[in-house]
Amino acid sequence: MDQIPVFIPGAPLLLSLVVPLLGRAWRRSVFPVAALGIALSALASAFTLDRVLEGGPFRYWLGGWAPPVGIEYALDEVSAFVSLAITSVALLALISTRRWAEREAGDRPGVFYGLALLLVAGLTGIVLTGDLFNLFVFLEIASLAAYGLVFIGGRKAMVAGFRYLIIGSIGGTLYLLGVGFIYFATGTLSMAEAQELLGSSESGRAVQAGAAFIFAGLGLKMGLVPLHLWLPDAYEHAPSSVNSLIAPVMTKVAGYAMLRMTLSVFPPGYFTGAVPIADALLVLGLIGIVFGSVAAAAQSDLRRMLAYSSISQLAFIAVGIGLGTPLALAAALLHVANHAAMKGTLFLAAASIRLRVGLQRTHNLAGLGPRMPVTMGAFAVGAVAMVGIPPTAGFFSKWYMAQAGLQAGQWIVVAVVLASSLLTAVYLFRALEQVYLRPAKPEPSGRHHNGEDAEEHQPPSAAPPVRGVVARASEAPWDVWVPLALLAAATVALGVFNAAIMERVLLPGVTP
Amino acid sequence: MIEDFAARFPYIATAILLVIGLYGMMGKRSLVKQVIGLTIFQSAVILFFISGSLLEGATLPILHGVHGPEHADPDDFVNPLPHVLMLTAIVVGVGITGVALSFLISIYREFGTLDERELLDEMRK
Repeated sequence: MDQIPVFIPGAPLLLSLVVPLLGRAWRRSVFPVAALGIALSALASAFTLDRVLEGGPFRYWLGGWAPPVGIEYALDEVSAFVSLAITSVALLALISTRRWAEREAGDRPGVFYGLALLLVAGLTGIVLTGDLFNLFVFLEIASLAAYGLVFIGGRKAMVAGFRYLIIGSIGGTLYLLGVGFIYFATGTLSMAEAQELLGSSESGRAVQAGAAFIFAGLGLKMGLVPLHLWLPDAYEHAPSSVNSLIAPVMTKVAGYAMLRMTLSVFPPGYFTGAVPIADALLVLGLIGIVFGSVAAAAQSDLRRMLAYSSISQLAFIAVGIGLGTPLALAAALLHVANHAAMKGTLFLAAASIRLRVGLQRTHNLAGLGPRMPVTMGAFAVGAVAMVGIPPTAGFFSKWYMAQAGLQAGQWIVVAVVLASSLLTAVYLFRALEQVYLRPAKPEPSGRHHNGEDAEEHQPPSAAPPVRGVVARASEAPWDVWVPLALLAAATVALGVFNAAIMERVLLPGVTP
Repeated sequence: MIEDFAARFPYIATAILLVIGLYGMMGKRSLVKQVIGLTIFQSAVILFFISGSLLEGATLPILHGVHGPEHADPDDFVNPLPHVLMLTAIVVGVGITGVALSFLISIYREFGTLDERELLDEMRK
């Protein structure tokens, strides 16, 4: 039982090596094995969370080596909770997009699922590790897997994937540079030890510069404005099986790494000195929330709209770190889980729509609501949660964030949170209006094709005409909509049980 | 002035390399040159770690041998940890470069060019 934490990143990591080989010999076994790997990881996370809630935070030493020599995993309420959230969302996304993966991975499903497992292994590693350099290694594992996954999406995805690689690598390298400054100042790579040493000594310029590098690097990885330019292209052009996997979890984990730096590396009050990281994060976060919402409202492509909305939602995490109070940090952590569930629901619904009707532009989706009740119902739940209407999850993280803003005397936070809710309502309800209130476009009478409606994002298999497709559409197969419905239910459950999550899990985790 | 410069030389060299690398990635149109820029950028950080562990007059961190069997004064040894870390970082860097180059091959096969502006024009079509 003591060895359970190692399975959280260990199971997907080991199976990521097995799966590509297995794919050559026995193709059908690849998907179940990959799902098993992520399920094991989620199960181990659940056990770990249970143990933390019973007996308090504990540390796991890899190979039995104690920290200055070995690497430790820091298992507290926060890391176990976030690890459980991302593995469950990844598992549901993997199951729901199996049909897409079959099409998009072509004749090499083993490679695709190997990369997906590698991604989950890297992400859970980032969440659990208590070692600064180990975090860098896991960050690059997850990023490399994500570059590869984005790249397989076809022509445009190749260019988007390459840009993602260049910018993501700059982020990783900047993070490593920052770790170098901290290492030379303190002589340790263990987060807990670094926090003690940094707290006891006068903080020098070098460490502050290191902190700035670390936050700039992680900011690049999480797509914080103005470092977000890689994100919309990568999310739009990535294969459907991939963007519903990386969009909910990948950037969130970079945001979590920032929170981890705030909580367990730099002593409190560290970011307000000569290098005002807290203020910078607060300002950039507020700008990002507004910019992301406005840019999302201007998009007609569903996935690009969701990508910009991700930028806006991630900026909430930066605002939480910028405020820096325990309530704000807990709200940001709640938002990590909430957004993973909400965005997962929305991207899975978009993938399901594409699977059935092959369309992506919101104005082409008129009348789809009654045709695909479960998919569009889940989409509606996700949209309502994004806007922040109780009792869905999105309301409560925004509510706590606004409260934290009031406590800190930052009225502008409240104003921006409210404004972003309204803007989110504009673009998501516009899509919902098309889907539920407009009638479906009729079958074309003649043969002439309406050029304006033509879509550039056709599924690779067939290229259906735009008109009349919606009128003939039917609900996606059950293995697509069941995980989707579960995720939508999780969005509501996270909202209903938010008080318990905050009091039992997150607030104890952020108060030292 | 000169002494100041000499004392901060590793920092200055790192900064110069970082800027050259950034210029390669952001300012160059050729994707190959962008990958070269990325490699320079990563090398800068590797050199930074190695220069930070330098200790004049010190030797390899092997306890037995050079200084006699019982000798263990830390001032006589170079800090081995940054070197080990950089081995890992170099492996990560090689991985990234390998993936980037394989991307370039696929992009060239698909588009017939590695010029960023032409590729972006293709994307808009």
